[in-house]
Amino acid sequence: MTLGTATAESDLLTRLRAGDEKAFEALVAGMYGTMLTVARTYVKDRAVAEEVVQETWLGVINGLDRFEGRSSLKTWILSILVNQAKTRGTREARTVPFASLAHEDDAPAVDPERFRGPNEPYTGGWRAFPANWKAADQLAQDRETIRVAMRAIAELPLTQQTVIRMRDVEGYSAEEVCATLDVSEANQRVLLHRARSRVRSALERHIDG
Amino acid sequence: MADGTAISCQEVVEVITDYLEGRLAPEDAAVFEAHLELCEGCRWYLDQMRITIDAVGRIEDAEVPDELRRTVLAAFRSRRV
Repeated sequence: MTLGTATAESDLLTRLRAGDEKAFEALVAGMYGTMLTVARTYVKDRAVAEEVVQETWLGVINGLDRFEGRSSLKTWILSILVNQAKTRGTREARTVPFASLAHEDDAPAVDPERFRGPNEPYTGGWRAFPANWKAADQLAQDRETIRVAMRAIAELPLTQQTVIRMRDVEGYSAEEVCATLDVSEANQRVLLHRARSRVRSALERHIDG
Repeated sequence: MADGTAISCQEVVEVITDYLEGRLAPEDAAVFEAHLELCEGCRWYLDQMRITIDAVGRIEDAEVPDELRRTVLAAFRSRRV
């Protein structure tokens, strides 16, 4: 945590403890996507995952005064969520250890056909260069681009969804992701790499046609 | 890259996240950057990756179901401050 975010954190905590509804609602809204995705890695259906999110907030509300700030507020909330989800997951006989899911997809970042083969000159070089997106102005801001990215994320394995959501949608640090999901830094990075690579491919199909 | 001399485009696309995360060893990062220096295709690929990350960062918060919002908000209100 940087000093700036630490200040913002203690500010938020003060407001929550004082009963600031706006601050609470904003926090609930801001964390919902990640919470639901994390919950769904442990429990099978979406309705149950939503219940886990709800139970988590009730737990957070009850525990707000006991929170000691040893981790970030969000990390603490997510640890409550993981505990709730694990309990529900066990009850539903589907506890999925996160680390074992990390290897469920070993697809390369880019289709191997796009590179020159072992018997060709420049083995591993591009057959045709990827397009220059810098030329397409404002591409990332385009609403349709963002929608394509959203859809691509929704189709990723849940572990990858969780990591790309936390890191790139909601701006958690790698350390926070590792703490929440109990994965190694290297595993976290592999999941992030696969997720980003898949989303890039989806954008490429959309942009370059 | 294991031998510290060169890296192919196909390898670039696999270590790009390690590079962006600052997790390549300094000598590997130097090899990566030397490749990019010479390879326009991989520079464009890196741009595509950065644009992808930028686009993903603009995704808006998922909508909280009404019932869930009402329930947790009611619990928050009834909390004794």
